[in-house]
Amino acid sequence: MTFELGDRVRVADRAHEGHHRTPGYVKGKSGRVERVFGSFTNPETRAYGGDGLPEQVLYQVCFDQEELWPSTRRHARDATCVDIFEHWLEAE
Amino acid sequence: MERAVHDRGAWPTDTPIDRSEHELADWELLTDALVGVLGREGLMNVDELRRGIESMPPDDYEQASYYERWLFAAETILVEKGVLEPGELDSRLA
Repeated sequence: MTFELGDRVRVADRAHEGHHRTPGYVKGKSGRVERVFGSFTNPETRAYGGDGLPEQVLYQVCFDQEELWPSTRRHARDATCVDIFEHWLEAE
Repeated sequence: MERAVHDRGAWPTDTPIDRSEHELADWELLTDALVGVLGREGLMNVDELRRGIESMPPDDYEQASYYERWLFAAETILVEKGVLEPGELDSRLA
């Protein structure tokens, strides 16, 4: 496991043609690891008949509202949390 | 970065979100059950279902309801795997 609770991470800002579970609005954004869910088969290959191996660690990453929606009215203490696989995360 | 039609979180819009509930029609309940069976029988997993939905032409995606997208995906994946012949459903329904 590469990341631990509280680690700062940035979501890879890369195009991906096929099925993937990383929403566009968090790509390139910086957040912190809030939970480590464990390892799961990879939906990016399971979506095409593959076995999803090797398993990837899945994290809950939380983003400050300011990071995602800088121009929107918001509550400063709110966060948006998204489940993201390890191969989409970079250390900050 | 170009985003696919299904990847719509945070898309700006002036249209209010439709929060109304509706009774599910029989075909919608059957579609849910069918997709459950396909999963248990190992014919289509949830990632394939999602990939099938995401392969819809954007205009069709916009117009389709939730379970219409499931049906589109099930037919796409089952044709891909040779369980259904291309056009088989249409000809049986004709």
